[in-house]
Amino acid sequence: MSVKFSYTDKIDTRSGFGAGLLELGRTNPNVVGLCADLTGSLKMGDFKKEFPDRFFQVGIAEANMIGLAAGMTIGGKIPFTGTFANFSTGRVYDQIRQSVAYSGKNVKICASHAGLTLGEDGATHQILEDIGMMKMLPHMTVINPCDYNQTKAATIAIADHEGPVYLRFGRPAIPNFTPADQKFEIGKALHLIEGSDVTILATGHLVWEAIEAEAILREKGISVEVINIHTIKPLDEEAILASAKKTGKVITAEEHQYHGGLGESVARVLAKHHPTPMDFVAVEDSFGESGKPADLMKKYGLSAAHIVEKVQKLLKK
Amino acid sequence: MADKKSTAELKQIASQVRRDILRMVHAVQSGHPGGSLGCTEFFTALYFHQMDLKLPFAMDGKGEDLFFLSNGHISPVWYSTLARRGYFEVKELATFRHINSRLQGHPATEEGLEGIRIASGSLGQGLSVALGAAQTKKLNGEDQLVYVLMGDGEQQEGQVWEAAMYAAHHKIDNVIATIDYNGQQIDGPLTEVMDLMDLKAKWEAFGWDVITSNGNDFDSLIPALEKAKSMCGKGKPVMHLMTTAMGAGVDFMEGTHKWHGIAPNDEQLANALGQLEETLKDY
Repeated sequence: MSVKFSYTDKIDTRSGFGAGLLELGRTNPNVVGLCADLTGSLKMGDFKKEFPDRFFQVGIAEANMIGLAAGMTIGGKIPFTGTFANFSTGRVYDQIRQSVAYSGKNVKICASHAGLTLGEDGATHQILEDIGMMKMLPHMTVINPCDYNQTKAATIAIADHEGPVYLRFGRPAIPNFTPADQKFEIGKALHLIEGSDVTILATGHLVWEAIEAEAILREKGISVEVINIHTIKPLDEEAILASAKKTGKVITAEEHQYHGGLGESVARVLAKHHPTPMDFVAVEDSFGESGKPADLMKKYGLSAAHIVEKVQKLLKK
Repeated sequence: MADKKSTAELKQIASQVRRDILRMVHAVQSGHPGGSLGCTEFFTALYFHQMDLKLPFAMDGKGEDLFFLSNGHISPVWYSTLARRGYFEVKELATFRHINSRLQGHPATEEGLEGIRIASGSLGQGLSVALGAAQTKKLNGEDQLVYVLMGDGEQQEGQVWEAAMYAAHHKIDNVIATIDYNGQQIDGPLTEVMDLMDLKAKWEAFGWDVITSNGNDFDSLIPALEKAKSMCGKGKPVMHLMTTAMGAGVDFMEGTHKWHGIAPNDEQLANALGQLEETLKDY
């Protein structure tokens, strides 16, 4: 099997966030960082060191952090909050809803350790519902980049976007295959591989799995189109519809619950404009558990092999 | 600039604000008159005496004092004060809580009402917001202050104490927080629902300087607010525990939780308005 993308190193997406934030610190004096006692995990240490006056340690008090960030926008600051995805969303949903989204505040909620790949800490920390919660909020932009370079580029891009953003990334080291000099366009799907039999729409850590799945399927004579949907809201409906019309079959892949995830957003678009046979690679209404990230992805049906299996089933229909 | 009205003028404005509150709530038969009436002197003092304000309204609030209302349900007193201060036309008060209005049941920014910088209503969030705005003022090198009002029942929300801890740790000394200490919440007296015990000692233990006042008496309230201002810039956040009577200014509403969220009927409105002089023109 030969994947169509090469990479020289595996690196975590959260480090892409840390690098992007540091660069923003140097280029945009209005950017400030807030962290709820997870500076190391969020890779915010370099920003803190270089810009101590623009970094705010909040302690283990996420609700307060969201309110502070909302307040800091008044007067022109662009706050980037950092904590685990679970504590960035579920724990503070009402604070985000009222003080950030409904109030239209320019807060960037940056969330690491999303999904099963958080690993050994287990289900209490493995949030798989955050995309759903965040995409339901009016005014909110939801982004889930796929590798280090894309996460760094997305971090830099959202500073120039006026309005609340949820930026979701993760813990494990994964292939870094997108270009280092890319320009990140919010809401613009990225065509990775052209194909004609089936479309895979993947987000976050599942993008690399989709690339591997394409290689396996190609050997079986199946032509797969792989599109990276890094922005779940606003969704690039045009790109999704064009690909669905071309291939006639669509699979979505995400490290998230089936309920409320990317797949449902895609299904909404297709149901409305161009009903297309679909299947979904996502967690099927269950919590996660402790384990090694790769083992968990296999157990919960989120690996390249599962994408291959679902594509083959869909093509037989 | 601060518009320093005399105490006699402040009393006249307060009487009109109370009339506005009652008429707004009566017209739509919903809203929260009790806390609004209890905080009328406070809002009047802030907007017509204490705060350094800029009109027309600008969301970024640069170069002026800011005010945040955390207990958003007392929106009627804020709306009336803002209108009477010139943020928007007084006649717009008639739209309160009606469909297509900028005067939402709880304050919001969505409809672009001048004077409002954040939505509030879900309790416990305003102090955090105020502290964030205060830190931005410091980063911007501004010396103006940030005011925030919370309810006493609201002190039961955990986020308030997260913010309390944060303010002292980060030495946020350009914020003046006030608690409307009326001792009442929806289900009854605080002492029965959830006793705050020694609230002053709690805030002091969290590292705040605490002052007190009678919030329904300008002769107590104004000196307290002046003192609070003089305490700023000294490395500690300032808490103003303001004792008020819920429903103040209307004899049958005063001192009870029963008028927390109930509108007066026609007869009750007439009775209440009879106790309050129309000093400025009714809208």
